[in-house]
Amino acid sequence: MLKVEGLVTGYQGKDGFVRAVDGVSFDIEKGETVCIVGESGSGKSVTSMSVMRLVEFENGEIISGSIEYMGEELTTKTNEEMRKIRGAEISMIFQEPLTALNPVFTIGQQIVEAIRYHEPLKKKEAMDKAEDLLTLVGLSEPKTRLKQYPHELSGGMRQRVMIAIALASKPKLLIADEPTTALDVTIEAQILELLRKLRNEEDMSIMLITHDIGVAAELSHRIIIMYAGKVMEIAETSDLFELPHHPYTKGLLESIPKMSGARGELLPTIEGTIPGVNQMPEGCRFAPRCSFATEKCHQEEPPLQKVGRRDVACWHVEEFTASQVDPFHRKEDPVESNS
Amino acid sequence: MNQIHKEKLLEIQHLKKYFEIKGGGALGKRKQTLKAVDGVSFDIYKGETLGLVGESGCGKSTLGRNILRLQDPTDGRVLYGESNILEYSKKDMRRLRKDMQIIYQDPFGSLNPRFTIGQIIGEMYEIHGLAKGAEKERKVKELLELVGLDASRYHSYPHEFSGGQRQRVGIARALALEPEFIVADEPVSALDVSVQSQVINLLIQLKREMGLTLLFIAHGLNVVRHISDRVGVMYLGKLVELSDTDSIFNDPAHPYTAALLSTVPEADPEARKERIVLKGEVPSPASPPSGCNFRTRCPLATERCSQEVPAWQETRNGHFTACHYPLEKGQTLKEAVAQRQKPSDNKTNNLIMA
Repeated sequence: MLKVEGLVTGYQGKDGFVRAVDGVSFDIEKGETVCIVGESGSGKSVTSMSVMRLVEFENGEIISGSIEYMGEELTTKTNEEMRKIRGAEISMIFQEPLTALNPVFTIGQQIVEAIRYHEPLKKKEAMDKAEDLLTLVGLSEPKTRLKQYPHELSGGMRQRVMIAIALASKPKLLIADEPTTALDVTIEAQILELLRKLRNEEDMSIMLITHDIGVAAELSHRIIIMYAGKVMEIAETSDLFELPHHPYTKGLLESIPKMSGARGELLPTIEGTIPGVNQMPEGCRFAPRCSFATEKCHQEEPPLQKVGRRDVACWHVEEFTASQVDPFHRKEDPVESNS
Repeated sequence: MNQIHKEKLLEIQHLKKYFEIKGGGALGKRKQTLKAVDGVSFDIYKGETLGLVGESGCGKSTLGRNILRLQDPTDGRVLYGESNILEYSKKDMRRLRKDMQIIYQDPFGSLNPRFTIGQIIGEMYEIHGLAKGAEKERKVKELLELVGLDASRYHSYPHEFSGGQRQRVGIARALALEPEFIVADEPVSALDVSVQSQVINLLIQLKREMGLTLLFIAHGLNVVRHISDRVGVMYLGKLVELSDTDSIFNDPAHPYTAALLSTVPEADPEARKERIVLKGEVPSPASPPSGCNFRTRCPLATERCSQEVPAWQETRNGHFTACHYPLEKGQTLKEAVAQRQKPSDNKTNNLIMA
């Protein structure tokens, strides 16, 4: 359904041109929920903005690569053509629902506008449909909400409204960029419940961008792990957690305190820090922080390669996976346990 | 976990912090009282890490600041030894600052961008007249090494550091005067996962080596569970539950704690659990519900909950709860709801079970 290949997206920054996404490839199938997981600077949001071709409005540019949606190339479409695809085919919800809504229009007006943009309905009919949508996203008293302004709603309610607007045109692909990051845990739980319902009941693919691998574990069929503008690993969710094939994935999973198991112990960590966009290391971008890195890793960049059911970008994927017995246990020196 | 000597370091009694806000009345001019912290009592033991969790606006940060008197509480007592901190003079307070420090969430906003790291940390010694000149520089460099930064960064400015490193500077500053007690207010919330674990480890190590007492305020439950000896849960200005960490996480007594724990997205797809999604949102602290604060979202609430404020009491050994219907040991919230249910009852309206 969506096929991204060799995507390179950059921004004109004050220190020159910066490649925020540097050669990213993945695909999303019909009805599938795929999560892109990464820390800050991984390029996960820029990837989603590229698919929507929204980067151009933020000083960005798709430099090379292809984005194929239902067999159609999106990177060469004109703005006019893209506008028909946005909303109708692909919809997006953002992290901050307050800035994404227009403060001077009522919720009803904003949903009706979205509906009538894609469907020639009378105002009254569109308003009825808007009410149905608010009911679908689980907002209480939908009739009252239609007449309210964004500032009258709480963060969780606004996010529901955003989802309702995104669903107004029955999109085939929903892109959600950190939809629960700004919300409190109990409200996050409500929105995740809603996304779970949409995933199960609506015939729709979802691309979810998140920094929280826990959210990804709960919702996704497949997970894409990004780091410093590159894809490190793509795997089915259960495979990924069972046995990460990339040292970064493993490091990420281990460094999160678990809700069960030992407390108070020192956590396994990934040493060092995420490289800045204009200080990308040579070779594998994770190499400076990777305890498995060899000379080759510091010089040559590993390609994203098929390894069984998944894709991994690591020169030492075979030795690395063989060295692991249980990813949830702290390992001894991997080289030793390999021998 | 290491054994904690049950020696009290601080005794917090009926602490209240109210704010006067505008916004009531037809013209928005009538004054309203926002009860950010509303009568909280608990002890902090020497050498422990006490975790404090709750959603935004529950008052956990305000509580932390009021204990240190970075804000002046409206009412209550904070006993430190025999004396009440809230009655301290300015001179007493300066002495107290040596014993008690704070680490903030935002490693960007809490460091003055115009000072070097050496100046920022060195200032602590100068204010208290403890060291100057070469002696000061030596002490600061020692501290930098202690928190995992290179001593050569002494002359660097905050903007030259990454977020995780800046948080280390914040920790170094808090440690400079060798305090006994530190309030860590969301110290890892702004950090990326791979950097977060480094800072957590640093806190664990420092606590072990220096015998610190920590009040660790955070909303990330997995982090709080990992680092804390005991955990307190706040909701809408009140402490609703407090116990040792295992007891809170394995056997919560308050329905809010139970619901909160069940919704944490866990990085393990195998960890399928009973998920309890609370309906509705946290009410405004300017107009909290009558009786129990949590009753509007509680699946177990009855008439009594809207009339009587539940007392803060020890329901099990060392396990404090403020609830009229606390869960029994081993009982899940779902079971408690099922037990309560009658055909005519519509209590389940407050729950979505998954």
